[in-house]
Amino acid sequence: MCGIVGLFLKDKSLEPQLGSMLTDMLVTMTDRGPDSAGIAIYGNDVDQNFKLTVQSDRPDEDFANLDKELADAIGTPVSMRLKDTHAVLEMDAGKTKSARAALRELRPSVRVMSVGDTVEIYKEVGLPKDVAERFDVRSMSGSHGIGHTRMATESAITTMGAHPFSTGSDQCLVHNGSLSNHNSLRRKLKREGMTFETENDTEVGAAYLTYKMQNGSNLGEALESSLEDLDGFFTFLVGTKDGFGVVRDPIACKPAVMAETDQYVAFGSEYRALVNLPGIEDAKVWEPEPATVYFWSH
Amino acid sequence: MQTLDMATTELREVNATLQSQKADTNQRAWEIVNPKGSHAIACGLDGPIEVTVRGSTGYYCGGMNKEATVHIVGSAGPGVAENMMSGTVIIDGDASQYAGATGHGGLLVIKGNASSRCGISMKGIDIVVHGNIGHMSAFMAQSGNLVVLGDAGDALGDSCYEARFFVRGKVKSLGADCEEKEMRPEHIEILKDLLERAGADAKPEEFTRYGSARKLYNFNIDNAAAY
Repeated sequence: MCGIVGLFLKDKSLEPQLGSMLTDMLVTMTDRGPDSAGIAIYGNDVDQNFKLTVQSDRPDEDFANLDKELADAIGTPVSMRLKDTHAVLEMDAGKTKSARAALRELRPSVRVMSVGDTVEIYKEVGLPKDVAERFDVRSMSGSHGIGHTRMATESAITTMGAHPFSTGSDQCLVHNGSLSNHNSLRRKLKREGMTFETENDTEVGAAYLTYKMQNGSNLGEALESSLEDLDGFFTFLVGTKDGFGVVRDPIACKPAVMAETDQYVAFGSEYRALVNLPGIEDAKVWEPEPATVYFWSH
Repeated sequence: MQTLDMATTELREVNATLQSQKADTNQRAWEIVNPKGSHAIACGLDGPIEVTVRGSTGYYCGGMNKEATVHIVGSAGPGVAENMMSGTVIIDGDASQYAGATGHGGLLVIKGNASSRCGISMKGIDIVVHGNIGHMSAFMAQSGNLVVLGDAGDALGDSCYEARFFVRGKVKSLGADCEEKEMRPEHIEILKDLLERAGADAKPEEFTRYGSARKLYNFNIDNAAAY
């Protein structure tokens, strides 16, 4: 099964409530998948800095003094916010490449969850309620965000197998469904130089989109071509710096409901996820069409 | 009118209360408030009661219905009125995928649009959709009538048996072994009755009939009465 939610705010006055609204939506979807949960928040509190969100299974050891060591290595200030097993490292946008290289040297076991100007991805094994509490998602503000709760079918229940998957700077992907050609596609993408951390099918979907965008496609084109190249069931929700996009495979058996008002655009695997949003009674509510790419951006 | 509030009453209690109303019940009018997209609301009803659901529902509302009238004042999630036996289910808004799947009898009215697989494997149910229906609708439909005032998506009636499909708008494509058929006076009569009962403002003459080309399955005219 799996449950997906997404919220794109048009009304700026709702931005302080984004984390709280998205958490409520995701918790409602808990019975669609209790294995792991994750959330991507596009924050609005950046001052021209670049963010690396990283995860460690031993945060006490790995994150100790990491900001200072990283700053010394790349020769520019680095600030660090700690959230349970995750840390957000902020630095000058020009230093991202050297920072990632330095991070691999300094802390080989630390994993990068997301990169970008605004996005922060938090994901762990466990119920949505517990995962959201660990990272204090409720207190986070932002312009838009997406969330996922997983019922694992294709691969192991691990932090790295949880969604969202980063697909590039300020981009991420969540998936409901199962891809059936992920092994052959992974082999092809590996030959093209892509690297993989898990045996997960969605990671292949994410790598596929990243590969397409590295080779000249924009996100819309990459999603269009995914309809040709990916075999299996999928409802994808992709987060971008400016908004989010939705695409369903041509068979469209994985559910999806959208709602739109003057204040927001919301996505849920089921209508249940949307029922407590403000003004939902008068919202335009509809089911996205199969094999059709939808986008909302600021 | 009896009111069941799903904000304070468990789903099992709501359904058990409704299911215990049999043919001789005096409490015929029921209302469900705060459905909030819950699953399996008003399933397995077995008496001539009228249930109004005030809001949108999740999976499988009105499933296995017998004799009751279930009116959803909102939209319905996947599998609404699945395997209905008799009675009526009315949806004021849209219905998600596989509405009326495997239904044996009764009338399902969808005033908005239905998405994919509407009436899949229908076995005698009548379905009237005021709007459009999605792809793979009436796949392996065996008997009953599917009436669509709007358009139908891809592969309508794929691998169908003896169900009838009446579409007023465009059909994107027909499924395997489904073909356009002649509209005879008896079909006009069937359609007129269904449109009236579904409160649909349309003339039977505006519709095109589709059905099985009878090349895919082993049709024998001697068994025609069985459908």
